[in-house]
Formats: sequence, C-alpha cells, structure tokens
Amino acid sequence: MTLATTAQVTPGQGARLAARGRVRRRRAANWTLWGACSVALALVVIPVVWILVGVASRALAHWHWSVLTTTTVGQGGGLENAIVGTFVIVICVAIVAGAIGIAGGVYLAEFTSERSGSFLRGASEVLSGIPSIVLGYVGYITLVVFFHWGFSLAAALIVLSVMVVPYIVKSTEVALRNVPTAYREGAEALGMRSGYALRKLVIRPALPGITTGLIVALAIALGETAPLLYTAGWSDHLPTAHLTGAQIGYLPYVVWAFYNQPYATSHQLSNLAALLLVVIVLLLIVIARVIVSVTQRHAPDRPQRLGRSGK
Amino acid sequence: MTSPSVRAEIGPGTPGASGSIGSGGAGEGGSSGPPSKRPSGVGGPRAWLSGERVVREVLHVVAFIPLVALVVLVVILAAKAWPAIRFNGLGFFTHDAWRPGNFYANPVTTRGVSHPPAVSYGALPLITGTLESSLIAIVLAIPVGVGTALIVVEKLPARLSSAVGFCLEVLVGVPSVVYGLWGALTLGPFLAHHISPFISNHLPDVPVLSFFKGATGAGEGLFTSGVVLAIMILPIIAATTRDLLRQVPRQTVEGALALGMTDSEATWAVTFPWVRSGVIGASVLGLGRALGETMAIAMVSGTVLGANAHNFYSTMTTIAATIVSQLDSAFTDSTGFAVRTLAETALVLLLITLVVNVLARLLVRRVSTTALPVGRGI
Repeated sequence: MTLATTAQVTPGQGARLAARGRVRRRRAANWTLWGACSVALALVVIPVVWILVGVASRALAHWHWSVLTTTTVGQGGGLENAIVGTFVIVICVAIVAGAIGIAGGVYLAEFTSERSGSFLRGASEVLSGIPSIVLGYVGYITLVVFFHWGFSLAAALIVLSVMVVPYIVKSTEVALRNVPTAYREGAEALGMRSGYALRKLVIRPALPGITTGLIVALAIALGETAPLLYTAGWSDHLPTAHLTGAQIGYLPYVVWAFYNQPYATSHQLSNLAALLLVVIVLLLIVIARVIVSVTQRHAPDRPQRLGRSGK
Repeated sequence: MTSPSVRAEIGPGTPGASGSIGSGGAGEGGSSGPPSKRPSGVGGPRAWLSGERVVREVLHVVAFIPLVALVVLVVILAAKAWPAIRFNGLGFFTHDAWRPGNFYANPVTTRGVSHPPAVSYGALPLITGTLESSLIAIVLAIPVGVGTALIVVEKLPARLSSAVGFCLEVLVGVPSVVYGLWGALTLGPFLAHHISPFISNHLPDVPVLSFFKGATGAGEGLFTSGVVLAIMILPIIAATTRDLLRQVPRQTVEGALALGMTDSEATWAVTFPWVRSGVIGASVLGLGRALGETMAIAMVSGTVLGANAHNFYSTMTTIAATIVSQLDSAFTDSTGFAVRTLAETALVLLLITLVVNVLARLLVRRVSTTALPVGRGI
C-alpha cells in the first residue's frame, strides 16, 4: 500500500499491483457466485417451510378429531368421505396403473428392440407431458357423457391411470436397466430361461426403484384435482361399491371447491383437507426415502464425492 | 448390395459385408434365438406355448397402452373441436372477446355449425396469459434452480444436500391445489403488500419497464401466478441440474483448479458447458409443466375472461384455468358449441405443450439418465 501512494511507480511494481487487483477481483467474483447460490438455496428452502407452516397453522387452528370420523354435511361436518374416497381412488390407481406401468416398463427394458422401444418410450414421455386438465376434459366428454358412466370411480380411475402410467413405465424401465448385465449373463450361463431369470433374479435388485417410482406416481395421483373435477364428481357420503354411476368424494376437491364457498366452515374444511393432503404426501416421501436408504446401504458402489477446495 | 448376385460374390464371412448377415442363417445371434430352441434348464418344462411366451405377448400389448391412449386422446379432442375450429376460424387467435352468446335464444346455424346467436370467442388473452405466466416462472426458476444445484453438489456436506433433496421432493409432492390455497391466502397478499408496491415504485420510469408499473392489485394475478408456477417447477430444474452436475468428471474440474482457477471460474469454464444442454432441456420441461398447470393458476390468477393482462400485477387467466372454470357453464349451451370451443382451446394447449415437450426431450435425451420420471418431478 505504501508503494501505491508514492508518485513514482516502476513497471515491476505496477504489474504487481495489477496482479493484486486481479486476485482481489477474482476473489470477489468467487464470493459473488457462491453468495448468489446461497441466496438461491434460501429461495428453495423458504417456500417449503412457508408452505408447510402456513398450511399447518391455518388448519390446526380449527383442528378437531371428528374431522376424521364424520362425513361432510353441506358446507360443514368432517372429511371422512373425502379421506376414504381418496384412498379408494389411490389404491385403485395403484392396482390398475401399477400393473400396466410395471408391465410396460418391463417390456421396454427387457424385451423390445432398440427401435420400437424408443418409439414407445417417446409416446409414453409425450403422454406424461400432456396437461392433466386436457386428460380430464377428454375423460369427461367421453367416459362421463358419451358412455353415460356419469361422475364415477371408473371414469376417475381411467383418467388418473392414463396420467400416471408414463411415470411408472419410466421408473420401472430405468430401475431394470440399472441392474448389471452380468446378472443376466450369469443366469444365461447357468441355463435359465430369460423369463425365469427375470422373475427370480433380475427383478430383485430393481424392486426398490420400481416401488419408489410407484410411490411417486401415487403421490401425483393423490394430489391431482384437475382431471378429477369432471370425472369423479363429489359426494357427501362414503364411497359405494359401484364403479359407474356413483359420485365419489376426494380431498383435493374440498381444498378447491370449499375455498370458493363464502362460509367460514367450508374454509376451515378446505384448510384441513390441505393439511391432510400434505401429511399424506410427506408420509409417502418418507416411505420412499426409507426404501432407498435401506437398499442403498447394501450398495457400496455409489460415486464418491471428491473433496473440492472449499476455502 | 444392389442384387443377389453381388451378395453371392462377396459370400459369407467377408468382413464388413452386410450380405453376410443375410447368409449367416441360423448361426447368428446365439443368445437371442427363439426360446423353444433352448435346452430346458431351470425354469419349467419345454413347451411351445410356454408361460414365458404368453407373458411376453401380454407385455407387448400392454406396452402399447400409452401410445394408444395418446392417439385416442388427440383424435377425440380434434373430432370434438373440429366444428369450433371451422366456425371460429383464425380470428380465434387474434381477438380478446369471450362471449358465449345467448344460450336461451334459438340456435343459429352458420356453415353447418349450430351455435347460439351473438357468439364470439377469442382465445388471445388465454394464450398470452399462459405464455406470460410461464415465462415469468421460467425466468425466476432457472437461476434459483441452477444456483441451488450448484451449491448442493459443490459445497454442501452430504447430510445437508440430502435435506435439500427432501425439500425438492416436498415441492414436487405438494398438490397443486395446496399451492393454490397457499398462493391465494398467504403468498398473494404478501406480494401485493410488500413486493409489488416496491417494484412498481422503485423501477425507473422508462417505456420498456412500464409493464411493471401501475396498480398493484390485491394479490391475484400475473405476478403471483408466475411466482407460484416458479416454485412448482423449481424442483424439476434443480433436481435435474443436480444429477447432471454429479456426472461431470471430477478430473476435468480438478485439472482446471490445478491450473489456478478459482472454483467459480472452474464452474463457469468447465462445469457449466458440460451441463448446459441438459439444464436447457430441464428448463423446457419445467416450462411444459408450467404451461399446463391448472388448479394453482385457477386459484391465484383471478381468472378474468376476455381481457389481456394490462400490467405485471393485473388479473389474468390461462387456457387450463379457463377450461376448468368454464366447463360447467359451457354445458348449459344446448348447441354444444361452448364445449366444442373449450375442446379447441384444449387442443391449442395440447399442441403448445407437445411442441415444448418434444423439444425438451430432444435436448435432454443425450444426458438424461436419472432414475426418476423427468417431466413431473424428481
């Protein structure tokens, strides 16, 4: 610094000063980047906490346990019908979409040729990109109106299944592709038929991936409203055993429709339903995480993080 | 390889000659021969109609279900919309009005299409609303998502980065109605009271920025919709970028560090170019999701019909939100024309998202190996 204040600066000193300035500038740039990244991280974490706390605080102010055990009456009452209806829909979707999706994924991973596989895969991925309201709209004009099924479990089930099948196909296929080829070659060398090897050997390490994919798909199905609004309808009563002709209640409907009603009780139910949805989703995420962590404990071949100069 | 005689001259066994594949015969592909030729080993008796064969055929059929669903979807929508497409014409895309006409008067037939009198539909505000809100979302979400992915991969210890992963999964899992409720009750009023007035009052008064000035509204509108959408698509961008960053070879980055780069310089010069196309692809996927988002927008946009957003904070609507809010009343149109018009808007939305998604797949294909379904979540 003392050098800089003198009037005469030799060329060598000038270069040294410039270098020092450059270092300072580079250090500042470094801090700027990581500072900006920290802000970005905060902008991800804050909304999560804000949403969870916001939903919970609004709902818990009016929490009463009878919400779980009484059905909706007009604009008030409980949510038992919606909770049971949601579980019925999700379980049915798990069965139908799970069967179709896993079968499709197994086919794409194990049996198909490169060319037709990439074609089917593309179709499935494009289907997953279609907005859910478009699916719901088509379900309404065909299943509900044209087939005269009315608002019903069957219509809701088909629309939701079409929506989540691509995710299950994708996760199943990826899980199977991640199984080392050596498994298949070993089975082949032992003289196993490929179907037998698949059933007994190859599918086993892929099961956690398949299950996780299924859970993600169910979480999506659980929270969807747009495709259900015009296919499932709404009912104050517990679900019946009828596939068609009987409307069925579900939680997201309460959040949306009761929010639009001008009554305090309906707003409370809307908030409570939102809380229940969030709690169920959190449970599903935790289950999926537990599955992944339990299975990965036995897989030591995860890529190691190399230490990077953190300063 | 133009004629059989040429192939015969080359003959089997000539290296590189494609003719040898044809003449190779049964000796080819020992591992992929038909199952019936295998020795019956572990796994059941030898049978022409083995269970395996049946299963394979069933799987074959099932694998086509998504494709069939896709085709059926598009055909139904197009068939339903066709009269509306003919009647509404190109004006559908160029004017603002949304007048369903008089449902109680006698229907009129124009060019073979039955419709209520004084009907006039213009989808311009819906299309611009959809594009504007998604654009805001993507502009906000890209820097935040990429920044988060960077710090998670480069700086955070494993335990913390796993916690951030949990946050991203929560953002994926929260239902869109819950986003809508939170946006309408909490975020919207917060933005309207604290953020919007600040932006509106402190921006310089130049014509380019006039869109961001003026009345800031009560919290329902374009800005809130954009922010909610940004939060919803954040996990797609952040998680994909994070997975891509983890695939960047360490040696290349460490080489850059060894040359004396700071780690931000190494990030700019080495890491970013490596993941750029994947990040763009993930962003376009997020854009596709934002374009089709329905419930959250229906709850925070104000869903006004027949008017473009006049500034950054004004109420608006999107195609998806219009379909969900108008379908009920559309069914009171005895001519069915309102429903057909909604089918046309749905078709427009479908085409927009199809183009965006196909584009994204083309960009992501080379790099996407993530185990989780890209396109909706992590």
